[in-house]
Amino acid sequence: MKRNEAYNEFVKGIWRDNPVFVQVLGMCPMLAVTNSAINAIAMGMATFFVLVGSSFLVSSLRQWIPKQVRISCFIIIIATFVTVADYTLLALVPAVHKELGAFIPLIVANCMILGRQEAFASRYPAKLAVMDAIGMAGGFMLALFSLGAIREILGDGALFGVRLFGADFEPWVIMILPPGGFLTLGVILLFFNWFRQKKDEFLDDVAEAQRGSD
Amino acid sequence: MSATTRKNAAAPSSLRLVLTLAVAGLISGVAIIGIYEATLPTITTNKAHELQAAVLKVLPGVSRMQALVFRDGELLANTEPAKDEPVVYGGYDDGGTFVGYAIPGAGPGFQDTIGLLYGYAPDRNLVVGMEILESRETPGLGDKIYKDAEWVAGFEALAVEPEIVAVKKGTSAADNEIDAITGATISAKAVVRIINETHVAWQDRLPPPGAEPELVEAEDAP
Amino acid sequence: MTEKEPKLLLFHAPLLRQDMTTARVMREVIIALLPAAGAAVWFFGFTALLVIGASIAGAVAAEWLFAPRESRGASLLDGSGLLTGLLLGLTLPPGLPMWMAFLGGFAGICLGKVIWGGLGHNLFNPALLGRAFLQATFPIAMTTWTPPAPGEFGVLSGNLALPFMQAGVDGVTAATPLGLLKFEQEVTPLLSLATGNTGGSLGEASGLLLLLGGIFLWIRRDFDWRIPVSILLTVAVFSAVLGLFDAERFPTPLFSIFSGGLLLGAIYMATDPVTSPVTPRGAWIFGIGIGVLVMLIRVFGGLPEGVMYAILLMNAATPLIDRYTQPRVFGREAKSP
Repeated sequence: MKRNEAYNEFVKGIWRDNPVFVQVLGMCPMLAVTNSAINAIAMGMATFFVLVGSSFLVSSLRQWIPKQVRISCFIIIIATFVTVADYTLLALVPAVHKELGAFIPLIVANCMILGRQEAFASRYPAKLAVMDAIGMAGGFMLALFSLGAIREILGDGALFGVRLFGADFEPWVIMILPPGGFLTLGVILLFFNWFRQKKDEFLDDVAEAQRGSD
Repeated sequence: MSATTRKNAAAPSSLRLVLTLAVAGLISGVAIIGIYEATLPTITTNKAHELQAAVLKVLPGVSRMQALVFRDGELLANTEPAKDEPVVYGGYDDGGTFVGYAIPGAGPGFQDTIGLLYGYAPDRNLVVGMEILESRETPGLGDKIYKDAEWVAGFEALAVEPEIVAVKKGTSAADNEIDAITGATISAKAVVRIINETHVAWQDRLPPPGAEPELVEAEDAP
Repeated sequence: MTEKEPKLLLFHAPLLRQDMTTARVMREVIIALLPAAGAAVWFFGFTALLVIGASIAGAVAAEWLFAPRESRGASLLDGSGLLTGLLLGLTLPPGLPMWMAFLGGFAGICLGKVIWGGLGHNLFNPALLGRAFLQATFPIAMTTWTPPAPGEFGVLSGNLALPFMQAGVDGVTAATPLGLLKFEQEVTPLLSLATGNTGGSLGEASGLLLLLGGIFLWIRRDFDWRIPVSILLTVAVFSAVLGLFDAERFPTPLFSIFSGGLLLGAIYMATDPVTSPVTPRGAWIFGIGIGVLVMLIRVFGGLPEGVMYAILLMNAATPLIDRYTQPRVFGREAKSP
């Protein structure tokens, strides 16, 4: 039972309550840094680190944080993790850090992260909070990666810098540019909603059939 | 639930709120200073390596370099540049003989500022290499200013006097002409203009050929 | 059968039914475009048929795919998808690979029509949106112009490029008359411009045939004549005024009108009833706005041609124009919005 609960918190972030495709949160990094798969993964990993770390801290310290100043405390915790991530990336992978530029410090303003602290981590024990954070950050990374992969494949004919189609490939320049982010995200949201609608219809049909047979 | 118990408790005193925030800020500050100190050496070395790699690339035959600060009408080696002080990099070969300058320049491109470094051999009055350090030119078009090998190779021996001219692809004839990039004329011309402007700015600052500053071995030279 | 006369007929509005249906207008615009399309085939060969056919196929495919299952037939029958594809095809360069033309038609209908809620709800002209998408996606292929070869009926190898692959170089490319003027200061003779024997997109070539189609539409009352007239007048006046300053550098009024996609845009795209203002005063403002923007982009901008962006920009301003040019309601104060 206990393990099941933790597993549920993990899975809901990946799929059912995916922060990007369902809640449509964190759009700024989503649109800005997904012009290649490697940038998307780096951004996803930085966000993962920040979200899991701050969810753990917020949840562990929730007894000591007075609710009047909770938002400021959350922000201090998040900002600390973001700064750590910023310097670490700059030291370890300067090339990726250069590409991501201002968007690493901007993780602090990602509403998905503050939202998880306020809605989940500050109300539940650390174990569940960490599972929830891993799920949400995983879902966010998955979304970033799918956008980055589509945009890099179409816009550059490559994935992780590896050419896929040979030298004659005609790149879709728009996909690397900002409009490509909006277009790709729109198409993915379209498919996500279409899929959910179909699934709901299917479930309704099944329920109908069961009621009929009873 | 803890949330409900907190709600029922009496409002905490202001002192407690202030203390909580102060402690949080303190811990956060210590953590940030810690990570800053821990990563600083790596970051500094990375930057130095990056710069050195760029200088060696634009100045063929160079194996050692030093920063030269232009101050009070002369080039000073082994000096820390103050903010906004013009800097060039002197390149020297294995024996410590002066080969050329690597000069940084920047200017508006098609999208945003283009920052570049070019190698300049004062004895022959030639540009001998060019490397784009930063640019946000259009992917697929403007980014050819650093992706198009043919264009970059065009800077390997280019006269800067009279000033460099970007001409239609395949028509460069004179020493100071370079083939522009098809589909990225504006970005290509921006690069040429930046080099021309930087050259004019530095023309009178550089000492006459033969009188270049000597290589000063710094203690922490790589 | 045995009802007594006179009988009382009870209707509700509309009481007057005309044969002015969407399908009729679409059909007649297509007819008006046929001579220009024929000229494209004469000048550029079967390559024109391939490019136009591919863009029509893309537009119709998108129309079919995204139509609700019940009304699939109806939305194809009104011919608007066909017209979008045809118009888009006429704005494309001859050597464009067929897969790109198909993609342009598809994207034009998706981005220009379907996501707004279908015909009648769109803010931008779908054909131009498709072209803007292609221009942003394949900037090099969209500005590679193959010179015309009248009466040869050939096919360019670029058209047959495999999907996702480059067009390859066909050897000869030519600059458009506007490109020549802007970058080489070279003026193309007016006769070649009017007949269409110049480099350029498939449909912008033959000015006279486009005008002929426009006159046909005017006679049939299929469009608001104020829009093309105001666009062309504005462009002519603008370039005449510029000519007073420097006749060498700036194009003459006739050159301005017959070069580039101006006639195609002014007669067939700006007049799209969905994306242009409904009031006569609004139509004048709309046309003058397009004319000024075209000349600003051509003369002072970084691009040789600006008809596409001019029309799209004014499309965006259309709701605003409609709002401020509403006729005064009879009996009300002059200022009652």
